[in-house]
Amino acid sequence: MPRSAAAGSYTTTAVALHWLVALGVFGAFSLGLYMHELPLSPTKLKLYSYHKWAGVTIFLLALIRLAWRATHPAPPLPDHMPRWQRMAANATHHLLYVLIVAIPLTGWLMSSAKGFQTVWFGVLPLPDLLDKNKDLGDTLALVHKTLNLSMAALVSAHVGAALKHHLVDRDDVLARMLPFVNNKKVAQ
Amino acid sequence: MIRTTAVALASLIFAGATASGTASAAEVGPVQIDQSRVAFVSKQMGVPIDGEFRKFSAQLSFDPAKPEAGRARIDIDMASIDAGSAEANEEVVGKNWFNARQFPTAGFVSTGVRPLGGGKFEVAGTLTIRDKTREVLAPFTMTAQAASVQFDGSFVINRADFGIGQGVWADFDTVANEVQINFKLVAAAKK
Repeated sequence: MPRSAAAGSYTTTAVALHWLVALGVFGAFSLGLYMHELPLSPTKLKLYSYHKWAGVTIFLLALIRLAWRATHPAPPLPDHMPRWQRMAANATHHLLYVLIVAIPLTGWLMSSAKGFQTVWFGVLPLPDLLDKNKDLGDTLALVHKTLNLSMAALVSAHVGAALKHHLVDRDDVLARMLPFVNNKKVAQ
Repeated sequence: MIRTTAVALASLIFAGATASGTASAAEVGPVQIDQSRVAFVSKQMGVPIDGEFRKFSAQLSFDPAKPEAGRARIDIDMASIDAGSAEANEEVVGKNWFNARQFPTAGFVSTGVRPLGGGKFEVAGTLTIRDKTREVLAPFTMTAQAASVQFDGSFVINRADFGIGQGVWADFDTVANEVQINFKLVAAAKK
């Protein structure tokens, strides 16, 4: 039986997109942390390319997610949540949506300003949105890094809150976003 | 002050004399280095990367009426390379790439020019990079402006032919073998 928001659950598409983006973000973030300290080598050039390909992929998935979310409302938060938690949850979700678009975008702009075109999977060239400009490239690198650290903090809060809902509140907030878990409300 | 001016004047006259000396047999004047460019496009992981050499010298002698008599010589200061980023610049002057300490200059010396028709020509010559010399052919165009003549051309070399990119860089899956060389040489128009 397909899930639907009306039944108090996320759609299968929303769940799939959530976890694809989560996987992509985790991978690209870790790779970004690791690669940028490496001395120049063929491996470093390869990792940078993989990171950029992942970033473009996340950017596209994020746009699809936003479009899906706009047309498929999320299920309501549980009734027991106090007002401040609802506000915190909404703010975190909105900021995360902003960041999964803004972070790849700043990476793309940075690459452009540093004089390296982004060629998706080494095949599809993306337009360079900026002319080569070292100072602008350095600024965008700082913006990219700052946004990433902000995202890491928000993701920690997001994961922590989901676990708290599951382990302490014992509600279905985490379960309804898990794939392959048959949501009770849907089953009823 | 007067001495400085005199020295400056003397060096100007000397520079003028050398330049006109090298171009005396030509229908074009001395090469205007500040408007000329020796650039290249390499490919990393399928991404074209622009680079150039900031210091080079060039001597040209060319008469479009007698292209066969044309001659060109370009000497490039390898340490002046801009390979697209500070990190790359540091790497490519090293032993695996140009080894600029041991081979500080690269050069092109023409062996012949032939007309291709329609304002196009082809120069043949030898290109020496590191300790390797190879024959190359470069098609080029000539465009006459009011006070200058511009030569534009490009050709492709295989970096492996010159031993550029050794050791860990020797295979072509990150940095492609083919490198496109683009040149723009502007010379004063001869009256």
